[in-house]
Amino acid sequence: MAQYDRKTIEELIDGTIDFYKLKEMLSNFKDTDRFDKYISILQERVPWDDPILLPAGLHLYIVLKPDGKRVVKCDCGHEFCEASDNWKLHALIHVRDTEEKMVELYPKLLAPDPEWQVIREYYCPNCASQLEVEAVTPWYPILKDFEPDIDAFYNEWLKRPIPQVK
Amino acid sequence: MTITEKTIQSQKNIGWHGKTLKQMRKEIDEISRETGHYAGLKTLPLKESYPIRYEKIFSKLRGGVVHARETAKRVAASPIVEQEGELCFTLYTPEGDSIVTSTGIIIHVGTMGAAIKYMIKNDYEENPGIEDGDIFCNNDCQIGNVHPCDVHTIVPIFYEGELIGWVGGVTHVIDVGATAPGSMTVGPVSRYDDGYQVACRKIGKNDTLLKDWLIESQRSVRTTKYWLLDERTRVAGCHMIRDLVLDIVKEEGVDTYKQFIREVIEDGRRGFVNQVKTLLIPGKYRQVSFVDVPYKNLDVPPYARVNTIMHAPTELTVHKDGKFQIDFEGVNRWGWHSYNATPVSITSGIWVMMSQTLIPNDRVNDGAYYASQFDLPDGSWLNPDDIRTAHSYAWHFLVSAWSPLWRALSRNYFARGYLEEVNAGNANTSNWLQGGGYNQFNENHAVNSFESAAEGVGASAVRDGINHAAAIWNPEGDMGDMEIWELAEPLLYLGRSIKPNTAGYGKYRGGSGYETLRMVYGAKDWTMFFMGNGFMSSDCGLMGGYPAASGYRFEAHGTNLKERIEKRLPIPTGGDSDPDNPEYDTLMEAKEIIRDKQSITTETIFENYDLYLNYLRGGPGFGDPLERKPKMIEDDLNEGLLLPRYAESVYGAVVSKNEKGKYIVDEKATEKRRKKMRKERLKRGVPVKEWMEQERQKILNKEAAVQVRHMYAGSFALSEKFANEFKQFWNLPTEWHLSEDELGVPTFGAKINHQKKTG
Repeated sequence: MAQYDRKTIEELIDGTIDFYKLKEMLSNFKDTDRFDKYISILQERVPWDDPILLPAGLHLYIVLKPDGKRVVKCDCGHEFCEASDNWKLHALIHVRDTEEKMVELYPKLLAPDPEWQVIREYYCPNCASQLEVEAVTPWYPILKDFEPDIDAFYNEWLKRPIPQVK
Repeated sequence: MTITEKTIQSQKNIGWHGKTLKQMRKEIDEISRETGHYAGLKTLPLKESYPIRYEKIFSKLRGGVVHARETAKRVAASPIVEQEGELCFTLYTPEGDSIVTSTGIIIHVGTMGAAIKYMIKNDYEENPGIEDGDIFCNNDCQIGNVHPCDVHTIVPIFYEGELIGWVGGVTHVIDVGATAPGSMTVGPVSRYDDGYQVACRKIGKNDTLLKDWLIESQRSVRTTKYWLLDERTRVAGCHMIRDLVLDIVKEEGVDTYKQFIREVIEDGRRGFVNQVKTLLIPGKYRQVSFVDVPYKNLDVPPYARVNTIMHAPTELTVHKDGKFQIDFEGVNRWGWHSYNATPVSITSGIWVMMSQTLIPNDRVNDGAYYASQFDLPDGSWLNPDDIRTAHSYAWHFLVSAWSPLWRALSRNYFARGYLEEVNAGNANTSNWLQGGGYNQFNENHAVNSFESAAEGVGASAVRDGINHAAAIWNPEGDMGDMEIWELAEPLLYLGRSIKPNTAGYGKYRGGSGYETLRMVYGAKDWTMFFMGNGFMSSDCGLMGGYPAASGYRFEAHGTNLKERIEKRLPIPTGGDSDPDNPEYDTLMEAKEIIRDKQSITTETIFENYDLYLNYLRGGPGFGDPLERKPKMIEDDLNEGLLLPRYAESVYGAVVSKNEKGKYIVDEKATEKRRKKMRKERLKRGVPVKEWMEQERQKILNKEAAVQVRHMYAGSFALSEKFANEFKQFWNLPTEWHLSEDELGVPTFGAKINHQKKTG
């Protein structure tokens, strides 16, 4: 079974990993301790202490608060909502629904037609990171795209208790 | 029936132990359902007792089917098969479950299995009979196919009078005699326009194709030479694989072979569950995609002249026991266009995709199918309730409907730290340059350029997507050699280059698309059409990345290029790099130049020296573009992947040129500009709940273009659940209603309406 050292996983996170190493990772069986190494690196890098239960996207984490609540948190420290809610409903949104707003992104003929499709950008209200982009028809409900069963993941798949607040 | 008659009957049966194939099919289904294991195999005695022997048999079979594909494709003359590898061979159990498949268009692992199951269900054993040396053919979508141009040849494998399996071969033929030339015609709006349909027909006996079949089939398509050689390719491959199986049976014994084919499928099922548990997380993952069907002004029957949007919401559930479920609740109605799909094409296609991500190994067989569940609403574009539906370009939306599943899986990979597996999605694999007439060799001809087999790949969480590299439907994507296409098509290349700004932007961008400029030369009575997404991008980005660019068309008619070439004056060459500032138009005169978003067209007459731009799409991006490394932006600029003004407006890069004309990105100034852009985001960003109130008002007033309303009305009619969730999300009054009847567009074929039923 493959195994990679911490430095390799750090390089993977940073996008500095050597191409042939990456190719090897893609072709090999997966390393079973990846999750632990990954979480430990991410935990070390964030400027706060809430234990990360699961990464929920680039910059986003589901963390455990001292009161036992599970919260979606940005790495800048902004807390969106409880994990059972949809973080996008608590973000800032910019909707590109006119040709003028579309051509900031693409030449006119390469841009979606706003009569057919709009582009929704979701920003963190604190650090202004663009956390998600949706290309949908007007009126489309905001999807809750990530709803992991964290309890089942830890208890039944990883076969260990969920991390607790220290 | 007396005992003697029964005995005689069972002696005639070709299944195992005197059974009929129908009995065998029923038994496999029942025992697999009851036990949760394929064929009831709770253990794998052959694999466990003789692991090396087991692997040896697998390797021989897998190597053999791949070898048959590689050898047989040399028989073909069609560049679609010979250059692009648009063929595939699969070995099946007597009941039609797949055991092992070759490389290539592996979606047909499922479709040919469906055709075999159809023959079993319809008692082909009795009539027309299934005998050693028979050859069967199918391309009927509603029996088991993606679109009619994928033609199947299916051969039974007998050993001592008993059927021990089937082998199927498929090639993507260049023409099937549809309303317009080309394998994936745009014109068809019903089955009866879709071309020649062969519904599981016996076409050969004693390993010989029947004369009446050869005559009829060749008189039914435009490209007879390619048709004939494609068929010989399929027959050759099937017979090679049949010989291989019989050799293995001779070597290992028939009982071992029979045990092996059961175990390898159960092994595939277990392997899939294991992969799910290794790479994913139990839970629910939701996503959506769309594609435009701009038919209002097309030359099609009046009931089909509707602008609409195809809608594919998916909910992926990863169950605690590793079961994998995809629910398409909310998809909208099938339509009068050729982009409808069949259940087997959507499920098989998902396996094509999975073989490139979740199960990236050679154990692609029906085992994974037995570990999963698909919910495909009746009456929708992916499960039509009407035999009249057309399917010639089912891929228009299949490729887009799967793209969100990459995102669902990638959110899982990302959360578990398997960043190398993250992929933001796949390109809409278009444009399809198609058409026909009399070619440069004065032959009745049709073309379908498979340059579309090399599109931009989605970005990963580690690196950019690969440029002009692959197509979701054929993992061995290849754009083909220009010299070969020029032989196959009366179209000279005036350019082939990367198309800037086609990749979705991001911290890691998608792979870029490319474009080729073709000039008609040496043709007669020539028509062509465009086929791709135009008004919409058919994917999103992932985690802050943008979708790939959408499409457009460029064509020029009545040009003065002949004179300009004779006078050795400059002519348009290379790409249409910046469609906002077109250069082609300054290098020629033309009676008509069309540049617009109508990227789906029906047959248009093209004369010699007319121009056609074939633009192949890019892939979606990953992560916030403001996090892209300045050096990567610099490379994009210098490699012609990005127009400088977008380096500034999208990436916040401060760009200048050095004395050698190379672009330089100023890192410090870029950092400063990015800080400013972040502040601008905070200024223009609106709290989502505030924006929702504005959007709600638009919905209450029904303010949206007709194609948008048509899409929702088609989804609401098929799914009360989707309608209720929509109303709930937007907090709409219970009496709010949107139906197809109120839109002022034709509603032919709209049978199911759950909303009406409940009043």
